[in-house]
Amino acid sequence: MLVTAEQTTTVHQSPAKSSEAPLRGFIHLKVRPSGWQWLTLVIALLVLVPLLVLALAWSEPAWDIWKHFRETLLNRLILNTLILVTGVSTGTLLLGITLAWLTGACNFPGRKIFSWTLLLPLAMPTYVLAFVFLGIFDYSGPVQTQLRGWFGRDAWIPDVRSAGGVILVMSLALYPYVYLLTRNAFRTQGKRALEAAQSLGCSPAGGFFRVVLPMARPWIAGGTTLVMMEALADFGAVSIFNFDTFTTAIYKAWFGFFSLPAAAQLSSLLVAMVFILVALEQRLRRRMRFAQSRITPQSERIQLAGARRWLATGYCLVVLGLAFLLPAAQLLAWSLEIFHEEFDSRYLGLFSHSLILGFLSAILIAMTALLLAYAGRRHQDRLTHGLIRTATLGYALPGTVLAVGIFIPLAWLDNHLISLSRTLFNVEINQLLQGTILIMITAYMIRFMAAGFKSIDSAMHRVTNNIDEASRLMGLRGIKLLYKVHLPMLRGGIFTALTLAFVDVMKEMPITLMTRPFGWDTLAVKIFELTSEGEWERAALPALTLLLSGLLPIVLLMRETDRD
Amino acid sequence: MTDNQIILELKQITQAYGSQLVVKDLSLTLTQGEIGCLLGASGCGKTTVLRTIAGFEPLLDGEIILNGERVSRNGYQLPPAKRQIGMVFQDYALFPHLSTFDNVAFGLKGMDKATLIRRVNEVLELVGLYSEHARYPHEISGGQQQRVALARALAPKPQLLLMDEPFSNLDVTLRERLSMEVRDILKEYGTTALFVTHNQHEAFAVADRIGVMHNGEILQWDSAHNLYHQPASPQIANFVGEGALIKGVVRDKGKVETGLGLLDGIMTASTPDHTTVQLLVRPEDILHNDDSQVKAKVLRRNFRGANIMYTLLLENGDKVQALVPSHCDHQPGERIGIQPDVRHLVLFPIVLQKREITIRTA
Repeated sequence: MLVTAEQTTTVHQSPAKSSEAPLRGFIHLKVRPSGWQWLTLVIALLVLVPLLVLALAWSEPAWDIWKHFRETLLNRLILNTLILVTGVSTGTLLLGITLAWLTGACNFPGRKIFSWTLLLPLAMPTYVLAFVFLGIFDYSGPVQTQLRGWFGRDAWIPDVRSAGGVILVMSLALYPYVYLLTRNAFRTQGKRALEAAQSLGCSPAGGFFRVVLPMARPWIAGGTTLVMMEALADFGAVSIFNFDTFTTAIYKAWFGFFSLPAAAQLSSLLVAMVFILVALEQRLRRRMRFAQSRITPQSERIQLAGARRWLATGYCLVVLGLAFLLPAAQLLAWSLEIFHEEFDSRYLGLFSHSLILGFLSAILIAMTALLLAYAGRRHQDRLTHGLIRTATLGYALPGTVLAVGIFIPLAWLDNHLISLSRTLFNVEINQLLQGTILIMITAYMIRFMAAGFKSIDSAMHRVTNNIDEASRLMGLRGIKLLYKVHLPMLRGGIFTALTLAFVDVMKEMPITLMTRPFGWDTLAVKIFELTSEGEWERAALPALTLLLSGLLPIVLLMRETDRD
Repeated sequence: MTDNQIILELKQITQAYGSQLVVKDLSLTLTQGEIGCLLGASGCGKTTVLRTIAGFEPLLDGEIILNGERVSRNGYQLPPAKRQIGMVFQDYALFPHLSTFDNVAFGLKGMDKATLIRRVNEVLELVGLYSEHARYPHEISGGQQQRVALARALAPKPQLLLMDEPFSNLDVTLRERLSMEVRDILKEYGTTALFVTHNQHEAFAVADRIGVMHNGEILQWDSAHNLYHQPASPQIANFVGEGALIKGVVRDKGKVETGLGLLDGIMTASTPDHTTVQLLVRPEDILHNDDSQVKAKVLRRNFRGANIMYTLLLENGDKVQALVPSHCDHQPGERIGIQPDVRHLVLFPIVLQKREITIRTA
């Protein structure tokens, strides 16, 4: 065998190739960006403009309001936000890792059912879980009433409306992010890594902490940064608990003090915090790609024995019960109670608003995501990828921030259009864009583009260049190729994108609340209004509707993840 | 330690998954510095044996003795961590979050930092990866990963090294080179090792002793040479190497009458006259000779570069294989002259009317 000759040829070729590719893209850019790249740039601008507007908000600080903030609120805001983010990430880490280890690497009674039902809390918006929890555990709720009945009026019962309460509720709602990612990591490398550690003299427990956990670190951290972003962005749950954070402060600055500049300035602070997390997450994602070494796709499970197996079952059941079963049952009970009074034309009006906004934005998002995915397929250079990444960055921006960042430039544009029409045509109009759902839809598009893009892009990766070439050899070109080959292959991805975007928009609260035109109340807005008056029972029917629609993407998610 | 000290002894071990027996009454011994191999098709139970020795699987019956200590029997298992056994996993199971150096250092404990560094560097040098010590598993090639896995298992100086299909993830050329390198490394260290494979070339290249496994049993535990030239059963003849079994009848004290003529040679087992037997004919036992009286028809021709493997049909209907230098080129259908040169007469008496076994070309 000509071993030496073979070695020399393989070694020298690859580095030359890889250094050439970005260079070509760069030169290409200097000559002339293609239509696809212009298009990507425009979509990326949708994200960049609000960010720019928020940064520019500091050009004329609203000092009087800031003074008031600093004296009364600011310290508490910062402290609360920190407490919330730290608490919720700790809570989700504990729940997510333990549940992932049990269902991903061990075996115990009910494991198969738990491994997918533990994802169900994803269907429940945090604000829904929050108000149901208050309804059950608050002072006037059934639990405390019962406890007072047993232990007397003066018995000490921890206050649910506290930092601890908010953290517990949000941890229960958000642990699936950590659970889902970590479980995949444990599933693929759990037992084998443990065995390797044991063969090198580690005890099983030592192996877990020295090998299994560090190996899963990129996934765990990835899930946790997502949770932290959600915690920073959350508006509904914290306002139900009257727990002031940046998001509620932004809302108050705008709708309480009527100071859009102050809202914008607060938003820019929140954005700064979020972007630290984004940078962290992007780095982790790169490491996740590297960390996948040659490990068997599936390894055998650890059989739990004796009392441990039932402890595992019990633990999963308690978490699932608190995070999903109990609240869902309570929602159902309340809904049945008030169904006759609440199910009327008003409810149907709210429902149809949610549906229309959901469908409209879902279609726009899917179409834009499809364009982005095609642009990424055509141009594999660094510029296009950077633009696409920017265009899909909106998931990190809290809804309150986006509402402010979109409203300001569009209102500005509106005013200029109005004065233009006045001078040109001498026509008097009050508002053009502000009276439409355009602001809302734009904000939805920015915020939920990532979910849509991810599902379409992963389908796009299956449409390889070889498939195009094979089709061309068989005489398919142009529109026909698109229609007969691409679309059928992309159909699943497009469908997933539509579903995810639709449900996300249905559940969305702060953007809708802050930028809706008159008469465009949705289910989420109704929940906000009812819960701010403590009307838990009446909020149950819209909440149950959202919960049911939220189950759709879970079903999709479960189809994708292995059920073993 | 003396050279003949027994390191590993399996005494009639039996193992089951549920009600299905996967290992039956299996016994073997390895002495200090010996490299053993379990060779068999996938699903024959060989990996289970390895995992049992490592302490990952319980034993149903029998016992495992490691360096004089009984480590496994029914109802008892010394934990894997306490066995001082190194293991190279089929997928290497390198820790992706640790560098090459830290992977190798993982199993070392109870030594000061300077000793540890010296030890790791020594092992890395042995496997030729000293220059890669700072790299992570995803940054090195498959062959290098394999050697890191070996170094990691060797670093704590295990009493016994186990390797599960150690070369199966590598491409063919690399596999051949690495298997020889691994043997050299193990011999240099004097490590006692047991590995499993389904590839007989690997087994031949690396092992001192090979156990051919089938259905959870070892059919023959022997050197590579003996397995090839003196297989204990038609099954082993079938599994190890290439060749054919042809009909024959024993005549005149140690000669066998076959479709190739009356053959004379060393009989591996004395067989009485007039016994009907199957005779093992390896491809190198048939020489090509145009002047020979014995003729055969070419059925199939497999060009291998230096030589050609012919499948030939004898006049009595038996088939044999012949390995012929490739300048003697014949096409299927041609009749060519052959000359048998069978030195070891490997005979298997036919008990019942059995169909002839044609051996697959590996």
